[in-house]
Amino acid sequence: MPKNTNLKKVMVIGSGPIIIGQAAEFDYAGTQACKALKEENIEVVLVNSNPATIMTDDHMADKVYIQPLNQEALTYIIEKERPDGLLPTLGGQTGLNLAVELKEAGVLDQYNVKLLGTSLEAIQNAEDREKFKELMHSIGEPIPKSNIVSSMEEGLEFAEKIGFPIIVRPAYTLGGTGGGIANNMEELKKILHSGLMHSRIHQVLLEQSVAGWKEIEYEVMRDGNDTCIIICNMENVDPVGIHTGDSIVVAPCQTLRNEEVHMLRSSAIKIIRALKIEGGCNVQFALNPESMEYVVIEVNPRVSRSSALASKAAGYPIAKIAAKIAIGMYLHEIPNYVTGKTKASFEPTIDYVVTKIPKWPFDKFGYADHTLGTQMKATGEVMAIDRTFESSFLKAVISLEGKDTGLRREDLSKKTDEEIEKMLYICDDQRIFVIAEALRRGITIQSINRITKIDSWFLHKINHIIEIEQRLQNEPFTVELLKEAEEMGFTDVEIQALSNQPISTLDTLRRAHNIYPVYKMVDTCAGEFESQTPYYYSTYEQEDENIISKKEKIIVIGSGPIRIGQGIEFDYCSVHAVWAIEKAGYQSIIINNNPETVSTDFDTAGKLYFEPLYIEDVYNVIRKEMPKGVIVQFGGQTAINLAPKLLKRGVQILGTSVDSIDVAEDRKLFEQLLKELNIPQPKGCAVTHMDEAVKVAEEIGYPVLVRPSYVIGGRAMQVVYSEAELREYVKEATSLSTEHPILIDQYIEGKEVEVDAISDKEDILIPGIMEHIERTGIHSGDSICVYPPQTLSQKVIDTLVLYTQKIAKALQVIGLMNIH
Amino acid sequence: MKAHILLEDGTVLTGKAFGDMKTVLGEIVFNTSMTGYQETLTDPSYAGQIVVMTYPLIGNYGINEKDVESDKVQVNGFVVKENAKFESNWMSQGNLSDYLKAQGVFAISGIDTRMLTKKIRNQGTMKCMLTTDEVTEDLWEKLKHYSFPTNTVEKVSTRKIKHIAGEGKHIGIVDLGLKRGIIKHIEALGCSITIFPWDINYDKLLNNHLDAVLFSNGPGDPKDAKHAVRTAEQLLGKIPLFGICLGQQILALALGGDTYKLKFGHRGGNHPVLDLKTNRVMITAQNHGYAINSNKITKDIEITHVNVNDSTVEGFCNKQLKVYGVQFHPEAGPGPSDANIIFKQWISILDEEGDNA
Repeated sequence: MPKNTNLKKVMVIGSGPIIIGQAAEFDYAGTQACKALKEENIEVVLVNSNPATIMTDDHMADKVYIQPLNQEALTYIIEKERPDGLLPTLGGQTGLNLAVELKEAGVLDQYNVKLLGTSLEAIQNAEDREKFKELMHSIGEPIPKSNIVSSMEEGLEFAEKIGFPIIVRPAYTLGGTGGGIANNMEELKKILHSGLMHSRIHQVLLEQSVAGWKEIEYEVMRDGNDTCIIICNMENVDPVGIHTGDSIVVAPCQTLRNEEVHMLRSSAIKIIRALKIEGGCNVQFALNPESMEYVVIEVNPRVSRSSALASKAAGYPIAKIAAKIAIGMYLHEIPNYVTGKTKASFEPTIDYVVTKIPKWPFDKFGYADHTLGTQMKATGEVMAIDRTFESSFLKAVISLEGKDTGLRREDLSKKTDEEIEKMLYICDDQRIFVIAEALRRGITIQSINRITKIDSWFLHKINHIIEIEQRLQNEPFTVELLKEAEEMGFTDVEIQALSNQPISTLDTLRRAHNIYPVYKMVDTCAGEFESQTPYYYSTYEQEDENIISKKEKIIVIGSGPIRIGQGIEFDYCSVHAVWAIEKAGYQSIIINNNPETVSTDFDTAGKLYFEPLYIEDVYNVIRKEMPKGVIVQFGGQTAINLAPKLLKRGVQILGTSVDSIDVAEDRKLFEQLLKELNIPQPKGCAVTHMDEAVKVAEEIGYPVLVRPSYVIGGRAMQVVYSEAELREYVKEATSLSTEHPILIDQYIEGKEVEVDAISDKEDILIPGIMEHIERTGIHSGDSICVYPPQTLSQKVIDTLVLYTQKIAKALQVIGLMNIH
Repeated sequence: MKAHILLEDGTVLTGKAFGDMKTVLGEIVFNTSMTGYQETLTDPSYAGQIVVMTYPLIGNYGINEKDVESDKVQVNGFVVKENAKFESNWMSQGNLSDYLKAQGVFAISGIDTRMLTKKIRNQGTMKCMLTTDEVTEDLWEKLKHYSFPTNTVEKVSTRKIKHIAGEGKHIGIVDLGLKRGIIKHIEALGCSITIFPWDINYDKLLNNHLDAVLFSNGPGDPKDAKHAVRTAEQLLGKIPLFGICLGQQILALALGGDTYKLKFGHRGGNHPVLDLKTNRVMITAQNHGYAINSNKITKDIEITHVNVNDSTVEGFCNKQLKVYGVQFHPEAGPGPSDANIIFKQWISILDEEGDNA
């Protein structure tokens, strides 16, 4: 069937600001949707409250409304625009909830707007616990068994039937008093007794616990003619109990037999058919590791975070295809944009391993509770691709941009065996490092499996990494060993540190035996068909299939995972840089590792490398491509940190020079510069040890503002009021940042103003001055700010402009700058 | 131990041997399924072939006695990127290495299987040798003079007639390399089944009070299966006929159609097939190197299914003569179960006939 020709104008709802569980992936989804609709000559009206997105760019949609995402604003826009259809399934939970509100309030019917992609009924059936239970029951799909009991006998009888563990939830008690998890009859009797006693109405809900089961996800698509396909299946390394957004996830499933994979596949298809979704949907299962028993845990009747991951993992543009389906197209009529020859109605098959690791904000919030559970805490994620699990996994670890270049952590190596074993019981952000340390200490895979419930297959793979570590430490350093370590994803620094070999030995061996990574294509079909996607990953194997263009190239270094202080805005910049490069006639190349972004879409840049933003991986790409230059200034702190290392290797950095970046970032140099330019600044000093810190703070006078240098998002920035507080801070901060000093500044209470400027070394343009509503000392990223400034006199503004000009000129800025 | 792959085009790839290390020859083909290596290994349609898995990690979930499509490993050789050192699954009873060794099958790991797959894609399937011997002129000569066997059906077919009791329709299956999944699915529909050797004659078949005859899947070129084609011709119009994969090609030949060899075949679990009646796509398991020539379709052949990727014939029927065939594997094993429905459709055709009678 051709597309629905009644649709001339469609409204798309974005997802609003980034929140935990709803990050950049919806900018990616919304952008794809806008492009897909425009390709079909449909007028697109986009509503979103988040301006730091590609989708709100004026050429993405025909009309963009940057408006609050609430019923009132949307009703007004619908009344004004009169769209024929509303596409709510690409704006996360926010978009979906708004669609429900608009439908229930009668707004959609009043203005004759068709709900596209998913019906109200489908949303309710998936979201409402009771309705979902009924629907699953009616199609014979299992969900965790549960029963309400009001006596001991009933409870024990139910337990007899479903087995252990069982979750006991007394009705009408505060905070679950009297509840708990029972692992056997004895425990159940005890908990049930107390539960029945505590419940005001002597009622207890007994529910089958599937904690510890394998958590498996399927990304399903369905068109209006009931064709259903699976884009990707994924296995959570962390079993049920940890939110999938906080779990390490691999694609495809590694430990499932064919029969298990297809049993769950059939179930996922049955569910999307029952929900009658036209578009994408995510189904999560718990699979008993000891049998074929499974239960459906959750269904998202929309494009989700997992869809973004699956899209990048499989090379299949889920959001784009979902948008085409929503306007009535059938899967077998939509081209497969990757091969250009086949159609969208097939199932991608991959010939590599994908690993996703969440990015947690605990480095910024040291005191926050690091334990992971059913509530998601990660702000973003990284993805890595390789032909071995070990390398895919290690690349993802390195992509996190902690200080880790492997699985060794110094602080863990100092713990006793008992401490390590105890730590295995804690599910937190450092669990994989603890597991690695436990394996090093000889704690058996069986006992780690017993404690963590992580499948032994994954533990054996991590153990293989440890074995290579030990071989590097103990065996003579040979070409074979080097090759094997590279194939398993070891970084050069790790190889050097473990084998105690100088970098020159590594280099010599590399050159003599040509041990360099090759690049392979992500093509959705495991090489079966010739493909056109310029989407590559590195691996140490035989054939290099990387096609190097003869055109002049410019590489843009992306910004990595979304974290506190680094949202989608840098991806926004990277994507714009790519477009500008293409427009100027060069080939644009992007290197990034964040699957949630527009920049890692295979049709954004001329070429995409999905790689860690780690110097070795980035330099390997540069060595291969020989670009005219590399742009680091749009990749946030991630890319800036790479700049000096790239320069040292002779790479041409485009834009502001590395020296100038250094002057701006280095406290002492910057102080010097301002002095020379005669621009006033808060009294302050960079210090490297405790005594110096105390002395400087005394000189400046309390309160002082302290923070480590070279970080973004004000990690650990603090106003300190006394020497005791200062000592406490320095003690902790030094372990945070050993490479760079701590900054101590006079704390000036006043107005905070930001100036943004673009400079070409000669002239500068100041698009805006922004005034903060909060006082100084509140990080600018946490402040409400207004544009244009409201309370600044012309004289103040003139001074700001003058200072900005002076600094830009002195630093020879080429590109963007921001002054507070 | 080092092992080599020699290809007809002169390529030599070197990896590590496992399984039973003896020199083997065969036709090299690739399979794109991410799971189901044990089903693939035991699928008689692969008899005589050397199979390359495109998914790099093979052996992850071990080996068990249930996930088999026949009673032994059928491939001549097996090529993987990584042979799992450790396997994990509740059903696992052993690892891939020991299994292949016990079954006398040669395998190689440590190969850039993506490169190899692309070679096969570009050159077409080729003659291939796996060996741990040093690569010499003699070996190349041996490879050059090797020709694909034409009697593989005979080798994989049953020798004895077997009967499986059931309440419903009685289906006769001509075993040309029958997969267990086919039996399982027909059995599940309550049918009774009689399995016949490849060289059964049509009159003998008809003596068994059958409601329909199914020509099974199997290895090789349908034009080599002359006996089966003749049997099918003789049965036309006398009894409803079904065909799966090779069986379908045999039915097409019996109806005056033609078949040809595909460049590198269809082997995997992700092949989209469009049902022309519903305009709906099923994702199917496939394993075939030959296809029905859509340019030489006679009026007796009505196309019912086509492949979305390359428009090849995936199914046809002749309602008058009651002949129904599909190129894909409705029994899956390994692969998705979308097409299981075909068995039900076929049996319901027989039911309708019964009602009309």
